[in-house]
Amino acid sequence: MAAADIADRFGPDPVPARAGVGLKPQHAAAVLGGRPDVGFFEVHAENYMGAGGPPHRLLEGVRDRYPLSVHGVGMSIGGPGPLDRAHLARLRTVVDRYRPGLVSEHLAWSSHDGAFLNDLLPVPLTEATLDRVAAHVDEVQDALGRAILVENPSSYLAFAESTIPETEFLGRLAERTGCGLLLDVNNVRVSATNLGYDPVGYLDAFPVAHIGEIHLAGYDEEVEADGGRLLIDAHGSPVRPDVWPLFRHALALAGPVPTLIEWDNAVPDWPVLHAEAQAADAVLAGFVGGPRRAGADRG
Amino acid sequence: MAEALAGFAAAVVDPGRPVPAGLTARPGADLGRRLAVYRNNVTVGLVDALAAGFPVTGRLVGEEFFRAMAQVFVAWNRPSSPMMFEYGAGFADFIAGFAPAASVPYLADVAALEAARTAAWHAAEGPALAAAVLARRVAGWSGEALLAARVTAHPATRVVASRYPIRSVWAVHQGDDPEPAFGGPWQPETALVTRPAGEVRVRALDPAAGAFAAALLAGASVGEAGAAALDEDEGFEAGTALVMLADAGAIGDMEEARG
Repeated sequence: MAAADIADRFGPDPVPARAGVGLKPQHAAAVLGGRPDVGFFEVHAENYMGAGGPPHRLLEGVRDRYPLSVHGVGMSIGGPGPLDRAHLARLRTVVDRYRPGLVSEHLAWSSHDGAFLNDLLPVPLTEATLDRVAAHVDEVQDALGRAILVENPSSYLAFAESTIPETEFLGRLAERTGCGLLLDVNNVRVSATNLGYDPVGYLDAFPVAHIGEIHLAGYDEEVEADGGRLLIDAHGSPVRPDVWPLFRHALALAGPVPTLIEWDNAVPDWPVLHAEAQAADAVLAGFVGGPRRAGADRG
Repeated sequence: MAEALAGFAAAVVDPGRPVPAGLTARPGADLGRRLAVYRNNVTVGLVDALAAGFPVTGRLVGEEFFRAMAQVFVAWNRPSSPMMFEYGAGFADFIAGFAPAASVPYLADVAALEAARTAAWHAAEGPALAAAVLARRVAGWSGEALLAARVTAHPATRVVASRYPIRSVWAVHQGDDPEPAFGGPWQPETALVTRPAGEVRVRALDPAAGAFAAALLAGASVGEAGAAALDEDEGFEAGTALVMLADAGAIGDMEEARG
């Protein structure tokens, strides 16, 4: 696929295959004043759905200086009901206003009976769910006029009725809808431990041709009654040591892709967060010239 | 699918429910503990959102009390949209009726002030009528025209009236000191929240100016709003109050009444 087509599908100002960080208001001065060398910034779409004010002034300033990725947490594309059209319109307003290089959402649901449950809840991985999620992704992409990325979830439970492996589910979703995938490597670590599978095997089965972005984050850990581990996707610490090898493994399969450090709780001072991004950049640099990510290979 | 998710949602929001059938994890996992992760994410996430939006309310009662109070609110008030900055809109009214908080009678009004600041933070952009422009404009009007005139509020403007000095209490609790000295007189204050030049500001108005601001910004004429203020203070002067409101950035526009 030619570069122009990629830009057409994923937006006008591409996000480079470098490390980025989540934009936090407390880092505004460090970012706008210091102009640190960061590959891109990512924001939660919902935080910029207000009508005006300082949040938009900050994001406009960042958008003028850096590539931008918009990450939605509330579309509930895995939900059984119809999408919230008002919320979809709000997302479109954010996307039209800021023209981000990437737009992403989750393979999860969060709204039920008109209430927003404020968490990313699991879906049964069945043919019926795939039909529903594909229809929702189509609807989002039609509304936005562009492709989105869909992220693999962090799981603590799974549905026994699931019949499709998650990697296959995501691959078929991408083939059917033309969406890309956001591979959250921390979520792979968390889900593999919690559900009892091999994270490397998961990555080997992952449809890497569709990866448009990677997420890295820190997890929390508990010991369960039987002595086994329970990992919690907490976004409140550095990337854990056993996640970095999985990141390298993913890059060996996919080639370098935009990689976000997600640190949303107990947010550190800017230099600490920037150093984490630089560590990810150093890893990415080792894979330049490796397998190209396949959005770029097709066509 | 819909049935499985409905059962899951019901179990997530109601800790009294057992783990729904049909869920799995690694062999040997405690499924109840796993379900509790989702329950915790939902509840703690919402309590955290309230804690972030109401920091002074939290300092006034301490973190432990605040989080317990917020949990009760969360249990009865699920957000209707994914925009968390809207979630605390009903929190002050809830606090006003929350019996365990009755010993801090100004708590609900301080929470209302904090909700007003959040609303101002996210409000639409709009022009603000500068005080000097307003003064020049009004200078050419007859007394009758001034009394009949109405303003449009700047979109970020909010007014929170209280029987307590809420602006002063809010201001002295900006630091980490849990019990800062309160130096000012203990008297009613109306908080005027505005967003001049992109920064949210809070001014304290006395009851007369507060009554005037509340009425005027809600659409009353200068004469009507002035009458409300004169009920509070016989010496109230509407011109001074108008200039003060414009100086705060509260007024979007003001035109001479027609017809």
